[in-house]
Amino acid sequence: GLATMAGGKAQASALEPNSWEEITTYNNFYEFGTGKDDPAKNAHRLTTSPWSITIDGLVDRPGDYAFDEIMAAMTVEERIYRFRCVEAWSMVVPWNGFELKDLLDLAGVQDGAKYVAFETLYRPEEMVGQKFGTLDWPYVEGLRLDEAMHPLTLMASGIYGKPMPKQNGAPLRLVVPWKYGFKSIKSIVKITLTDKEPPTSWNKANGREYGFYSNVNPEVDHPRWSQATERQIGGGIFAKRIPTLMFNGYEEEVAGLYDGMDLKEFY
Amino acid sequence: MIDTLNKNVRKLPAWVICLIGGLYPFWLLWLALSGDLGVDPAKAMEHLLGERALQMLIAGLAITPLRNAFGINLIKFRRAIGVTAFYLVFSHLLVWLVLDVQLFDQIWADILKRPYITIGMAAFVIMIPLAVTSNNWSVRKLGRTWRKLHKLTYVICLLGGLHFVMLAKGFQWEPVLYLGTVIVLLLMRLKLAGFTFAWKRA
Repeated sequence: GLATMAGGKAQASALEPNSWEEITTYNNFYEFGTGKDDPAKNAHRLTTSPWSITIDGLVDRPGDYAFDEIMAAMTVEERIYRFRCVEAWSMVVPWNGFELKDLLDLAGVQDGAKYVAFETLYRPEEMVGQKFGTLDWPYVEGLRLDEAMHPLTLMASGIYGKPMPKQNGAPLRLVVPWKYGFKSIKSIVKITLTDKEPPTSWNKANGREYGFYSNVNPEVDHPRWSQATERQIGGGIFAKRIPTLMFNGYEEEVAGLYDGMDLKEFY
Repeated sequence: MIDTLNKNVRKLPAWVICLIGGLYPFWLLWLALSGDLGVDPAKAMEHLLGERALQMLIAGLAITPLRNAFGINLIKFRRAIGVTAFYLVFSHLLVWLVLDVQLFDQIWADILKRPYITIGMAAFVIMIPLAVTSNNWSVRKLGRTWRKLHKLTYVICLLGGLHFVMLAKGFQWEPVLYLGTVIVLLLMRLKLAGFTFAWKRA
């Protein structure tokens, strides 16, 4: 029932989704290599069936949830979201998925839970980038529980009505549209409810550059580049940069989550 | 065999390097416009030009060690390689300014505020006097000063390698290998006490 709010402030300018080719050939998925075209070249090796997600920690019904079992229980809808990479480029992606909240409710979140930790598959024989120490594998990410339960936070299983391509994080990935893309962890195998802020991969690799929150914020620069503007993928070689929107255009929906917080300190 | 190689290589005019290097950015532009540089062509151009420039710098740096270690004499190409490297660095900078960052009021702040850009920019600025004096007249006119001046290449190569290392996200081998190659080629110039890389042929 969020179709109208899914676009946020950016809805006003009618979001035009990027093409299938753009979305599936320009990816950051270091498990398959650091080049933007590496995931499209290498991800075919990944086995995505069978697939299950372990949900554990502070939940009433911990266990391994098979992908098919999850999909049978969820209602998939389309969400057209802006996607802003920390590297200052952006796309618009028509995701198919369900709210993370619904999956967490399936497992039953207990009262003491304050954070949600996520983990990507570790299988270096298929994920060839994991043979290099680019990051401390497996990739891990995390959200505060209220961020995880927010209606904009999506578990995506597809793009353009097709199953999630492997280079985009098959079979199930997170999408948090108001945060930099790296928070939207791919090919998830584990979700843990916890009472402590979980470690996150990019924060471990370089804490000065990548904070736990990593909300899109044009006023807080990355130490190596400005975040005030972004290049829209698909505009061609002479495309003009466009201003980056606070919370990637979802300020109205999510700013309340951070009331009273200094966003320069909690970047 | 090396003598044959040296003899044959001498027949190739040095300007061929300048010609290929000179056309390269335009070829990339053509590829970008025809959609063959992927969905982010400006970034692809920027990266390819930077990488090629670094490769040319390393090629120039390799010429003396190649001669000392293997007797391969490519010295006649060195100035053309250097000038082409400068041209590619300039194209890389131009693509960054015009196609990538675009905001001209912000560029100066970027140069001062962001160390990897400061370092890249410093390398470019140091290259200017070298490029300007890469002609026969300057070589004659400056004499020994010319040789000294052009030793700045060592600094430029180190800065270029460092620039690449500093812009990587996470730990990546490729930029480290480039910087490592620069360092090895520089070390090969050092003749430490009782130890030399020069395997002079009898």
